[in-house]
Amino acid sequence: MELDAKIPPGPLDQKWVTYKSNCRLVNPSNKRKLEVIVVGTGLAGASAAASLAELGYQVKAFCFQDSPRRAHSIAAQGGINAAKNYQNDGDSVYRLFYDTVKGGDYRSREANVYRLAETSSAIIDQCVAQGVPFAREYGGLLSNRSFGGVQVQRTFYAAGQTGQQLLLGAYSALERQVALGQVTMHSRHEMMDLVVIDGKARGIIARNLITGALERHFGHAVLLCSGGYGNVFYLSTNAMGSNVTAAWKAYRRGSWFANPCYTQIHPTCIPVSGDHQSKLTLMSESLRNDGRIWVPRKPGDTRSPNLIPDEERDYYLERRYPAFGNLVPRDVASRAAKERCDEGFGVGPTGQSVFLDFMDATARYGRAEAHQRQMDAPTEEQVLDLGRELIREKYGNLFDMYARITGENPYLTPMRIYPAVHYTMGGLWVDYELMTTVPGLFALGECNFSDHGANRLGASALMQGLADGYFVIPYTLGNYLAGEIGTKTVPVSDPAFTAGEKAVEDHLNRLMAIRGKYSVDHFHKALGKIMWDQCGMARNQKGLEQAISGIRALREEFWKEVRIPGNSRELNPELEKAGRVADFLELGELTCVDALHRRESCGGHFREEYQTIEGEALRDDAHFCYVGAWEWKESAEPILHRETLEFEVMHPTQRNYK
Amino acid sequence: MNFTLKVWRQKDSGDPGHFETYPVTGILEDMSFLEMFDVLNERLIVEGKDPVAFDHDCREGICGMCSMYINGRAHGPMKATTTCQLFMRHFRDGETIVVEPWRAAPFPVVRDLVVDRSAFDRIIEAGGFISVNTGNAVDANTIPVEKDRAEAAFAAAACIGCGACAAACINSSALLFVASKVAHLSMLPQGFAERRSRVVQMVAQMDREGFGSCSNTRACEAECPKEISYSNIAKLNLEYLRASLSPQGPVVQKK
Ligand SMILES: Cc1cc2nc3c(=O)[nH]c(=O)nc-3n(C[C@H](O)[C@H](O)[C@H](O)COP(=O)(O)OP(=O)(O)OC[C@H]3O[C@@H](n4cnc5c(N)ncnc54)[C@H](O)[C@@H]3O)c2cc1C
Ligand code: SF4
Ligand code: FES
Repeated sequence: MELDAKIPPGPLDQKWVTYKSNCRLVNPSNKRKLEVIVVGTGLAGASAAASLAELGYQVKAFCFQDSPRRAHSIAAQGGINAAKNYQNDGDSVYRLFYDTVKGGDYRSREANVYRLAETSSAIIDQCVAQGVPFAREYGGLLSNRSFGGVQVQRTFYAAGQTGQQLLLGAYSALERQVALGQVTMHSRHEMMDLVVIDGKARGIIARNLITGALERHFGHAVLLCSGGYGNVFYLSTNAMGSNVTAAWKAYRRGSWFANPCYTQIHPTCIPVSGDHQSKLTLMSESLRNDGRIWVPRKPGDTRSPNLIPDEERDYYLERRYPAFGNLVPRDVASRAAKERCDEGFGVGPTGQSVFLDFMDATARYGRAEAHQRQMDAPTEEQVLDLGRELIREKYGNLFDMYARITGENPYLTPMRIYPAVHYTMGGLWVDYELMTTVPGLFALGECNFSDHGANRLGASALMQGLADGYFVIPYTLGNYLAGEIGTKTVPVSDPAFTAGEKAVEDHLNRLMAIRGKYSVDHFHKALGKIMWDQCGMARNQKGLEQAISGIRALREEFWKEVRIPGNSRELNPELEKAGRVADFLELGELTCVDALHRRESCGGHFREEYQTIEGEALRDDAHFCYVGAWEWKESAEPILHRETLEFEVMHPTQRNYK
Repeated sequence: MNFTLKVWRQKDSGDPGHFETYPVTGILEDMSFLEMFDVLNERLIVEGKDPVAFDHDCREGICGMCSMYINGRAHGPMKATTTCQLFMRHFRDGETIVVEPWRAAPFPVVRDLVVDRSAFDRIIEAGGFISVNTGNAVDANTIPVEKDRAEAAFAAAACIGCGACAAACINSSALLFVASKVAHLSMLPQGFAERRSRVVQMVAQMDREGFGSCSNTRACEAECPKEISYSNIAKLNLEYLRASLSPQGPVVQKK
């Protein structure tokens, strides 16, 4: 099968306009008869489910948490981008598009990214109308801040809880449709498999997590909005339940998986403190607006950071990248931290962390405030106290979280941070309409691969999830369903559903029957260690080959030695985890296979063999300017398909943040 | 550090339930309360016993999923802290810690420490929204909102829907949860149009779910991990009064 992204013809800025004017529509009386399954209620899923229900489709939504409001999107901190140019600092749709394609190291599809930038503005309008309490200025208008990889202020935010507020907005729209009977909500349900009939997605098999019962659900189309797979690394900033299962089952049913090796390691996270650690906590990128990152110039310097004078500090990002300084993109900042720590300059008990220091910003804010209050010759302490008040106003919840987790006071001493797995740019391959290679199966939000290329810029995942759900899928799904109005609801007694349920039941029985020696977490941790060591911030051929054989061996051991207590017909969190880890053990291998085949460095994928003299990522556009989409094969190697990336407007060059 | 845990075990909603005592050893100060449960569960699994079921997801205090009643307090002894953000350095070595699920009739126990909080979703369904379809919105800067008003709305909207307020209340009242949403939306100009129906419908649903009424003990505010202010309840009462006294009377939206 040729990979056809179905990009509309015409100039870049006319493609989406043309598409919207020409796509097929479904009339209201037919919409009522069409059923749509939405798996996931994060920003992508909740916004899609609500918008489609408003249009009149019958929606069935699923999430594994006890309420749709708890999807992992709730944890997003820093903000959401939009090309509003409210700050008059030169922003535009084109510039947002440009920054995103460049930030993604020229490995994304121009047409998709342009559409994303085009819809960004309407997202902010919609959210404000729903009552999302974004930060505002004294004049009552919306406030903005900067994020990494850009030189304008286009990020909208609600303190350090932007994802929470956006999700609660989408959730409230969703609940309104539940009340109106347009959406049936299935919380504490996990999608276990996709049902494909005559080559089209027609439903899912879900497990009721409370009773353990398997359920069959029909849909004229199925939307996967199931989030990212960062937890393949075990430790990540994702929620504990974030998983690849829905996407992976779709992969095994014919939906190709694109660019799995593009994983984002976020530079500013609280460092690992020990083996017991179950997750890592992000300190929002917005902190890099005011925090300066440094390490001591002397390796192994154990003095308290406040006692190290300025000239003995290495502000290595400002040194290496004077134009962007502390606001370089995430992949660049993460690698630079790793480089310093590998060279022995790291700080903290493990030597695996760097300082994020707010002292200068505190003094700067303090001086401005003292001036405003017309204080005569304020003492240094007074200035710092005033500054701390402002810092608290801007980042209070993040500082509190840091203090709670580490037991240190970041107002007085610099934070210690280290990179951690955060986001996955790879995911199910989708065309311009967000349809996967299985007709009728769509993928939205982090679970698709579409807009971020090899590296995502800050504050653009929220934008993408909401663009997909509010403004893209209502059109593109209609274009597909217009051809399905004659399709009758397939009864769930259909043999395809029976076979699907049987396959899931067999899978669960196989897991339960192992009764081995080790817990699920034991295997998950082992997988995470392989992935982090060999397929993390830096990768090379030898390590990846070792990782692949290591993961294969681990998978075999898992299927012999995992121990799952209880049974499958009850609430059984260990069984849930086991199913997810079983899929991670397959995805981990594919990720390494993808990383091995991509003999270049780009964005979050850094192959040590391919770097410039200065240690920057060295792309190979002649050979790798494509999306790599993998097709699953039962007991055989996966097959690689390529979608060549054509750049009509941008000219791929080596990214320069100096 | 070592602890003795007395944990509520309950097979399912039909089981009467009982406490089970477990010693846990080798706990580090930097472990979170839930990581201590991970250690306990790991051991139980290897010993062939049933691990303790508990709800959790984000483990950073924002999803509202974790919900343990620790030594008689919702989310434990620390102020403004969810269970997942509670660290063992806040406990005394050798202490006995009693852990129960949320206790409130509208939150039936599902298993061990897991309860059913779907009542909260139904309260939001009753009116915790602004009716604006996708695509209806005007430019975001068309209506200015005073900074302090926007901040107050945000502070109310920070509720994570965990249910600690109802669990902490002797009457199992969920009024702080409901008030946080009513206050958030009625403070913003975008929410004005539905002020009267929202408060009336949400309070009616809260009553239908079987939550008790508020007797001003303020236990909710004390235990709320997001420090949702009790003053929101006054705002709710005012909204309710305003809706009742309006010339058209309280309105109810038709489906
Ligand atoms: C700590 C943190 C901070 C972040 N901050 C920002 C930020 O400031 N700005 C930004 O732009 N991005 C940020 N991101 C990234 C962003 O939050 C996510 O990429 C985005 O929210 C993903 O949304 P989603 O809708 O695709 O998926 P999610 O929100 O992850 O939702 C997934 C949904 O799928 C459901 N689900 C999954 N599998 C199944 C299954 N098998 N069956 C049924 N249901 C299933 C889940 O229940 C859930 O409802 C951050 C991420 C993290 C981890
Ligand atoms: S008001 Fe506080 S305690 Fe109650 S649900 Fe909201 S966050 Fe939890
Ligand atoms: S696990 Fe999310 S708030 Fe505690």
